[in-house]
Amino acid sequence: MSAASTRTILICSGKGGVGKTTLTANLGIALAKQGMRTAVLDADFGLRNLDLLLGLENRIVYTAQEVLAGTCRLEQALVKHKQEPNLALLPAGNPRMLEWLTPEDMQKIVAMVSASYDYVLIDAPAGIEGGFKNAMAAAREAIVVTTPEVSAVRDADRVIGLLNSNGIQPIQLVLNRVRPKMMANQEMLAVNDVTDILALPLLGLVLEDEQVIVSTNRGEPLTLHGTSSPAARAYTNVARRLRGEDVPLIDPAKEGRGLRAKLGRLMTKKLF
Amino acid sequence: MTLRDLINRLLGRQQTSAETAKERLQLVLAHDRSDLNPELLMQMRREILEVVSRYVEIDMDEGDVSLETEDRVTALVANLPIKRARAVPLAKGETSESEEEADPADPVFRAKVSS
Repeated sequence: MSAASTRTILICSGKGGVGKTTLTANLGIALAKQGMRTAVLDADFGLRNLDLLLGLENRIVYTAQEVLAGTCRLEQALVKHKQEPNLALLPAGNPRMLEWLTPEDMQKIVAMVSASYDYVLIDAPAGIEGGFKNAMAAAREAIVVTTPEVSAVRDADRVIGLLNSNGIQPIQLVLNRVRPKMMANQEMLAVNDVTDILALPLLGLVLEDEQVIVSTNRGEPLTLHGTSSPAARAYTNVARRLRGEDVPLIDPAKEGRGLRAKLGRLMTKKLF
Repeated sequence: MTLRDLINRLLGRQQTSAETAKERLQLVLAHDRSDLNPELLMQMRREILEVVSRYVEIDMDEGDVSLETEDRVTALVANLPIKRARAVPLAKGETSESEEEADPADPVFRAKVSS
């Protein structure tokens, strides 16, 4: 495969803690399971965590730092996932890398990785400063992760502005940590509110799911074990849509069962 | 309008927090996206009202000049209810009688007395 057809995708959000790294890990595993050769790149050099979510923290020998310095080959730094060998992680180097890393360095690393992978997912740091701009320089397209909260949506908007002015295309949205009950009670921004405000196509909708915490405890992304939990299904569907499959989005209003959810649906139905 | 909105309106209840969140976001994003400094925006608002009120009498209490945003495009929207047209436009800097009775704290009024 030539690097020209490799899809290099920035996973970003602006705000921290909305689920960038969780999405990167789960999407990486899901794409790998669908037969795509996938590399995930931890571009959060200050506060790296992608290794931890993938359960690969004990297998890191070299990092992007040594690759750039030329003291090891790329293949030595890439950590292959044991259960899912289609997936490899390029770990972030020492936080001091932030002092000298340039956008050109990131482009160089991503170009090297692209040579032998179909998908390169770049886990961006929170914020819109240097670290984010370095990560953005290496990507062609982007997935913006946000939650239905005012602070996360505002920060996402700022990031989308930066992505637009840097010619990143397409930019798609993943709405994370949706609570159907709160949405039904109109105590949480509706899906349409967020997509209207940010004016981005929705690539995925992930319900709040306690299993995500359990999976991070173990270092085993949910998508590794099929689609038993709602979040695992959602992440797997994000991967399928990313590959061009037409998978319908879930309707949060239909998720709740029982009288309360039914009442909620009745209450939020448009009268006129 | 949903059934919930209708019930809330009938009972005189405040809007849902999701609706409040949406309105607050739309306003703050309009300002974020325009990248206009608030002071300049205030000044522009004052000058627009000043120019318009030379030609028509506007209802200052109902009038509003604000930023709105849709599909990532920000627009300056002026909503200025007209009381009546002036037969002869006022000259620049000239104020009408009714406006001289205005509250001195009103930014429009202050703009006029200072100019």
